[in-house]
Amino acid sequence: MSAHNSHDVLRRDPRAEWIARNRLHPLHGSVVSADMGEVRGPTGLLRKNPHKVGFIGPNGIKRIDRLKGNAAGAGKGRRSSAAQDIQLPLHQVENPDFYVVVVPDMVGGRLTAHDKDVIGQAHKLIAGAEGNGAVLAVCFGQSKEEHFDTAGVDRLLLLEDEYYEGYCPEQRLAALVQVESAYKPLFWLFPDSVNGGSDLGSRLAARIGERPAVQAWLVDSDTSVCRGAGGTTDITRSTPRLLMLAEECADPIDETRHEALPVELDLVPAVIAQLQDRGQVAVDPNAISLAEAEFILSAGNGIHNWDQFHSAAAVLGATEGASRVAVDDGFMPRFRQVGATGTWVTARVYLAVGISGAIQHMQGIGQCDKVIAINTDAGCDMVKRAALSVIGDSEAILGELIKLAEDFRAQQSAGGDRDAA
Amino acid sequence: MPSNLPEVIGMQPNQFNVDVANKLKVVSLVSVGKHPQSGRMRRADQDSRAVELGLKLTGDNHSGESLTVLHAGDPSEPSLRSYAGMGLKSVRVLQLDPAADAILPLGQHLQQCGADIVLTGVRAESGESSGMVPYQLAEKLGWPIVPRVADIVSVKGGVAEVLQALPRGQRRSVMVRLPFIASVDSAAPEARQSAFGPASRALMDIEVVSASVDDVRQAWEEAAARKRPKRLKVVKAKTAAERFKAATAKSQGDGGKVMKNESAAEQAQAIFDLLKEEGVLR
Ligand SMILES: Cc1cc2nc3c(=O)[nH]c(=O)nc-3n(C[C@H](O)[C@H](O)[C@H](O)COP(=O)(O)OP(=O)(O)OC[C@H]3O[C@@H](n4cnc5c(N)ncnc54)[C@H](O)[C@@H]3O)c2cc1C
Repeated sequence: MSAHNSHDVLRRDPRAEWIARNRLHPLHGSVVSADMGEVRGPTGLLRKNPHKVGFIGPNGIKRIDRLKGNAAGAGKGRRSSAAQDIQLPLHQVENPDFYVVVVPDMVGGRLTAHDKDVIGQAHKLIAGAEGNGAVLAVCFGQSKEEHFDTAGVDRLLLLEDEYYEGYCPEQRLAALVQVESAYKPLFWLFPDSVNGGSDLGSRLAARIGERPAVQAWLVDSDTSVCRGAGGTTDITRSTPRLLMLAEECADPIDETRHEALPVELDLVPAVIAQLQDRGQVAVDPNAISLAEAEFILSAGNGIHNWDQFHSAAAVLGATEGASRVAVDDGFMPRFRQVGATGTWVTARVYLAVGISGAIQHMQGIGQCDKVIAINTDAGCDMVKRAALSVIGDSEAILGELIKLAEDFRAQQSAGGDRDAA
Repeated sequence: MPSNLPEVIGMQPNQFNVDVANKLKVVSLVSVGKHPQSGRMRRADQDSRAVELGLKLTGDNHSGESLTVLHAGDPSEPSLRSYAGMGLKSVRVLQLDPAADAILPLGQHLQQCGADIVLTGVRAESGESSGMVPYQLAEKLGWPIVPRVADIVSVKGGVAEVLQALPRGQRRSVMVRLPFIASVDSAAPEARQSAFGPASRALMDIEVVSASVDDVRQAWEEAAARKRPKRLKVVKAKTAAERFKAATAKSQGDGGKVMKNESAAEQAQAIFDLLKEEGVLR
């Protein structure tokens, strides 16, 4: 495949192709045999070059040539079907008449799917208004996002100073108020999410005296439909200037590339914060409900030492889960069961110990990002699903893992003591 | 009272830590809730958690002395009594027209009564349910707002330590000076049961207030929630080959790394490294 990709520009020789197709052409023999690998050696013997026999098919697999070179000749001019990076058309907005401001959540420094939906909605609102508008994204904190352009951001305001780090809604609000006076946006869009979008949007709405639409899910530039009464009614109303949008309110941008031109904001005054962020506190992982736990250590029929399993969960700081067999056998309580008849989990990391991966179990972990399997059977379905599988006895591996984690905790507390001292 | 009392209380894990010198004045704002399935009127879930938290803050014993449960609306609403059934002597009601905007009278009342902590739910279960009430009150009064509170751990020297509920069951600790407004998340401790007898004996402390009618809302149309269409996985393929690939390709592709012949220690190390890389080992 690499040979295919090395020359991107394919040069065709129409005459050679024509000769290769025409078996009656006087030069046909020489053109075809150049590729056939059959050469008459100096002693008159017919030599075969095995590397030249057959041809590479469009999927990169070597095919036997049953057409004596004719197929190879025909296929010579084909474009390689290797996936090409297609440059999406660039959508440019010079001197925008108005702005639609989006304030994405940027969980972990990246745009979430919800953020991208909101940016898609912003473009729909621009299409519904007169004049050419630009989407201005205001992002707080360190950004790791690399694809603002394909997400649909025309102008990008990155506020990465350290006083925007952590939980500082008042400082962020001050910056948004500055954006309001500098850009007079036509619409303000926030994701209506627990990751901060709804908090910031409500603060801004109260500050600038707008009556927002919340949980809006069907929006155009005239009317919006929002969920009311705890999601049991639909309110149809005229579209206000400030919207907090539900998930999947609009399709994300996927057919255009945007400029994502960086813009600057005048110095935002430092606010004397009334809320003081003391950081996240440690929570008991087993007090978190299984459905929303971030890291689950799950036990199946392959666990024989249950005390060891519980201590592993404790030292790793993982929430405990179980397969149905472990629950039916009475080793784990029913509310710990993962799967079709148990809980559907959303963990980012799911460590499955001695679980074979029956379909009823796999349904429950469909949304997990990274699955790690510990199993004695390398052919089981859990190993096929897992990003990392280790084949071996669960007791031995968990024992080693506990040792590593204990070392890590000891280092941590030693480091903590040093920091405190 | 002996001056070392706060520390004594602080040593008991489940007890709440308050300055004994000045008693806290807590106001819980309550609304009429609606059961999500049956649609029956009830006490709202988050609001009753706010009352529960208020009871914890002011000490259960002198019930209702320093905790005010405040509602703006119709005092004859029967579900209001179920808040009183949590052990309160009275419920304060600002009686106003159902179509009126409650922010102004509520703000005035809070300013007059000198509240230290105002607790609300995150979003109401009926009406617009925009969750803007605490924010608008905070803006009006110039107080800080702490959204999505799971617990208030301590109040010392006019500063409260508040636990905020984050996604995935995580908690954040925030310090805030009194007075402040907090909206109470569903992660807060569950409200106690409401007892029928005390509920029906409780006093409805009614004050008639006038408020301007909420004009904007008159123009809105409300209907039962329509089912939202599920987003389909649309394949935007330009060629037949791409469409074929999209229709036949397996979603779970190649599978990951498999470690078969390494020693248990090496295998455990690989798992450990992955856990650290993913940031779940904290
Ligand atoms: C209607 C219905 C609903 C169901 N719902 C659920 C559900 O919600 N959740 C659920 O989990 N199941 C459910 N099941 C059951 C499911 O079909 C499987 O039976 C179950 O998931 C298997 O559990 P397991 O993987 O722990 O056990 P097994 O299938 O016995 O697998 C044990 C695994 O451990 C490995 N192993 C053995 N010893 C060791 C060792 N020493 N070290 C390491 N690995 C070892 C084995 O190689 C094997 O892969 C349901 C079944 C039905 C019929």
